Amino acid sequence: MATTPIVDPTERHEPTPLVPLNLLRIDPILFLAVIGLGICSYTAISETRMASTADRQVLFFGVGLVVAALISQVDYSRLRELKWGIYGFMIAAILAVVVLGGDTRGSRRAIQTPFFELQTSELGKVLLCVFMAAFLVDRVRVLRQRDTTATAMLLALIPTMLVLGGDLGSGMVYVVIALAALFIAGTKWTHFVGLIALGLTAITLTLVVAPKVGVEVLKPYQVDRLTSFLHPSDDPAEAGYQQNQAKIAIGSGGRTGRGDEATQTTLQFLPEEHTDFVFAVVCERWGFVGAGLVLSLYALLCWRALRILTMAKNLFGAIIAGGIVAIILFQVFINVGMNIGIMPITGIPLPLMSYGGSSVLATLLAVGLLQSIHVQARTARKGLF
Amino acid sequence: MSPMRDLEDRRSPLSPQMAVRVAMFGGIALAVFAVIFFRLWFLQVLSGDQYLVQARENRTRDVRIQAPRGEIVDRNNRKLVTNRPANVVQIEPQGLPDQTIDDAAEWGRAMGERDARLARMEEQAEREAEEKNRNRKKGQKRVKPKKVSLPTVPLPPVATEELAARYRRLGRLLEMRPETIHRRVIEQLVQLPYSAVTVKADAPNSIVAYIKERQELFPGVDVERQFLRSYPRENLAAQLVGYVGEINPDQLKQRRNKGVKQGTIIGQAGLEYTYDRYLRGKDGAKILRVDANGKFVGEALQQRDPTPGRQVRLSLDLDLQEEGQKALGSIGGGLPGAFVAMNPKNGQVYAMGSYPSFDPSVFAKPISNKTYETLTSEENGAPLINRAIAGAYPSGSVFKPISTLAALDKGVVTPESTIVDSGCMDIGNREACNAKKAEYGPVQLRRALAVSSDIYWYKLGIELFHVDGEPLQKWAKKMGFGRSTGIDLPDEAKGLIPGQKWREEINKTELKCRKTNKGQPCYVVETRPYNVGDNANLAVGQGEVAISPLQMAVSYSGLVTGGRIPRPHLGLEVQDSQGRLVQKISSDPARRVKIDSTWQKAIMDGLHQSTMGEGTSAGVFSGWPQNSLPVYGKTGTAETFVDGVPYDQSWYVAYVPHPTKPIVIASTVERGGFGAEKAAPIVRRMLAEWFDLGEDLAKPDASQAELASAAD
Repeated sequence: MATTPIVDPTERHEPTPLVPLNLLRIDPILFLAVIGLGICSYTAISETRMASTADRQVLFFGVGLVVAALISQVDYSRLRELKWGIYGFMIAAILAVVVLGGDTRGSRRAIQTPFFELQTSELGKVLLCVFMAAFLVDRVRVLRQRDTTATAMLLALIPTMLVLGGDLGSGMVYVVIALAALFIAGTKWTHFVGLIALGLTAITLTLVVAPKVGVEVLKPYQVDRLTSFLHPSDDPAEAGYQQNQAKIAIGSGGRTGRGDEATQTTLQFLPEEHTDFVFAVVCERWGFVGAGLVLSLYALLCWRALRILTMAKNLFGAIIAGGIVAIILFQVFINVGMNIGIMPITGIPLPLMSYGGSSVLATLLAVGLLQSIHVQARTARKGLF
Repeated sequence: MSPMRDLEDRRSPLSPQMAVRVAMFGGIALAVFAVIFFRLWFLQVLSGDQYLVQARENRTRDVRIQAPRGEIVDRNNRKLVTNRPANVVQIEPQGLPDQTIDDAAEWGRAMGERDARLARMEEQAEREAEEKNRNRKKGQKRVKPKKVSLPTVPLPPVATEELAARYRRLGRLLEMRPETIHRRVIEQLVQLPYSAVTVKADAPNSIVAYIKERQELFPGVDVERQFLRSYPRENLAAQLVGYVGEINPDQLKQRRNKGVKQGTIIGQAGLEYTYDRYLRGKDGAKILRVDANGKFVGEALQQRDPTPGRQVRLSLDLDLQEEGQKALGSIGGGLPGAFVAMNPKNGQVYAMGSYPSFDPSVFAKPISNKTYETLTSEENGAPLINRAIAGAYPSGSVFKPISTLAALDKGVVTPESTIVDSGCMDIGNREACNAKKAEYGPVQLRRALAVSSDIYWYKLGIELFHVDGEPLQKWAKKMGFGRSTGIDLPDEAKGLIPGQKWREEINKTELKCRKTNKGQPCYVVETRPYNVGDNANLAVGQGEVAISPLQMAVSYSGLVTGGRIPRPHLGLEVQDSQGRLVQKISSDPARRVKIDSTWQKAIMDGLHQSTMGEGTSAGVFSGWPQNSLPVYGKTGTAETFVDGVPYDQSWYVAYVPHPTKPIVIASTVERGGFGAEKAAPIVRRMLAEWFDLGEDLAKPDASQAELASAAD
């Protein structure tokens, strides 16, 4: 390894090991969960009609794992100093897509690069998480003040507003990150109650009131998608179509799946089957058993992340870990939820499963951060003995 | 937890507050996974089978493989109706916007209302004209009913701009106007709401290939390979073969169509209708995998081959049929008419024609309302109507032999009794005369038939009126009038033999109608009793009597065979596609009527004399080899009214005995004048063809042509 690991002063006298010691201090179960999901992702995508892209997914995973390995060797605590830089970079990156981005099904969310479509909003999730953690740690003594909560939420709402036009899902994730960060930091309950009240009012205004007075906050297709899950069979040809087809795909999988008999996801009945609806592919081919395995891996991931949260050597790490758990859990819930017909279609990917370089890289970056927190925590503990 | 104070500033201890929050976080995670787990359990384990069924339905589509319909051949196995494969371009109704479906239903409803209103207006106009005619003064012309018209309902606009673009694209490809496509879609949706709309029935292969390659440009457009009916002999026997068409919702419910699937082509008229169950065959099917765009993927999963329909062999002789139609067309001079030629012994119909005719291939494809109207409109002579079975007219003197039977039976006359024919006589309050006011003096039955004395039968009619039990009507019924002959064709007219009972009934109808019409006359009929004049008229085949050419042929068959009334039929046998016999088509045996042989002999003598010497059709049969092929014939000239104007309708019936191919031919030409003028020459030409006598004997001997200027 070319980079010099940041070595804790307590370890200075230990003999230099063959493999950097910190690489051995990562959480192996978290690592296995990630690898497991990667294998599931590859297998599922290669069963769809987009089979040729499965290899690219492996490539994204490879690159992502290298990035994660590097990050895990860096003390994340240093990122605290860079928080405004990180925030500025995030806003700039998101703005770049809004200005330069190309259309994907009527929504602007990516910049076309020679290698892949760069979706900066995905990276933004991790960056916002780190920024929020730094911001709240700085203000840990004034957490009880309403200003702190308000400022934190406003800072999260800026990127949310920027992506709202084309990428509603990421916007929702940003808000969730901010809420999770505040939650772990220890914000007063009353603040949350206020935020929830505000949020409900805002949703009512955008979905019900605004269209009536002629202001279009959300595009019609977004409103369609958001509300169609409530009445999927109303118009099976339009917004409800995907939802219905996804349900048929998942239901037809039964206990053990249809294997090569699978038709829903292989004969184009379900569009976007390698990205948004990759979970349906798993469910149709491998049934309840396969879906259970994938869900277990996510559960494992969340459990390890929460454990890392409790282990973190400082509040900064704890909040980052909390934010990452929120990112993963929220995205799993929304994505699987829309697959099984209990959540609206919002274009949120299934972390590590859905095909897509930006999402995979961003999630693995987050995993790298988790590992870094783990490594640092263990190093700190190691020093005690 | 940690006792190490030097690290406290670096490491946030897991405070109780933090522990609670982490626990809550974990709780939320647990809840999320639980919700997903139970939902999956519900979808996959509890309702898995149901979704599996949906998924299977999703991915396969049943495609019908049309069975080729059986062919129809004549008695010598010459093809009358065959098939040809064609590419049919269709639009699936599922691919159309809901708006279009609704528009079509609305338009159909509006058109139905418009047609009903038009019918009411026509009725009204007729009634007004009738009223005026009733009150008209002598010498005034009869008033024709006013022409009424109503604009048709305009087609609804194309529902969406996208659909209009689709029509334009398809129109460019098929070289059709987009409006025509739109019209077809709407019209056919009204007729068959759930069936695919045929846009073009016969598209070239190149266009089919283009559509298949660029299916995404033509959503909902489907090209099906179908067999269309083909008619190599064009208008020959057009009214007999009828036509085919897709089964409609009402027909689906009928018992005769049990087991027929929606979308099947079935016989809709004529022989296609009668023998549909043999001709139809059984459609096959294949189950194909489709993807979400409806594109077929891979090989058929299952296939059931179609069973071709059976071939039906008819008793028809196409040579005779052709000669008959030619003769009817040329001798008839464009007047509507009909003929029937049949074997009097076994009821096999050798030829049956109706003029005007049409090319049945217009029915091979879905027919437009306009074409259908031209085929049924009065102005064009309604070519679709088979006048041989559905045309019912007064028959004039051709009816006399039947009246004779009644008179002989009741002893009103004997073959030898003499009646003085003074040319004219008073019946009731009017004077009735022979045709051309001829006077024949004292006549006996044989001569009376030969010269067709009207006075003779007027007297019989008057006598029979006073005999109890309506013997004239009874004998008419016995000989096959006023009832269906039972021929294997749909839509046969029963005709009418007026009598006491019929009069009473129709009077009742008129009176009933008046009650609802505030006492105003309904002009169904003048209410009056059946009188002696009516009976005298009936005895010579005049008045309200209505008889079809087929009934006449059947009745004469019964007469010449001494009382065996055959059941006429066209179908002979059912064959497989190679022409091997599968099944004989059985027809009911002849009905027996007791006819005394002396009566029959006398009538036959009279009929034979009618074609010779001073007989009414002697001129027509001049030069005919009477020794080898004796002709027994009877002319008829019936007075008919068209729009209140009287016309003479020409009738002729002939019988030629023969050991192997005896034949009875009945022929009529509407407004054709005397029987010997049009109908008899048609029969002569047909007889010459039937017995292969050649061109020369097809026409009357030129040297005696003068004689052909006939009496009735």
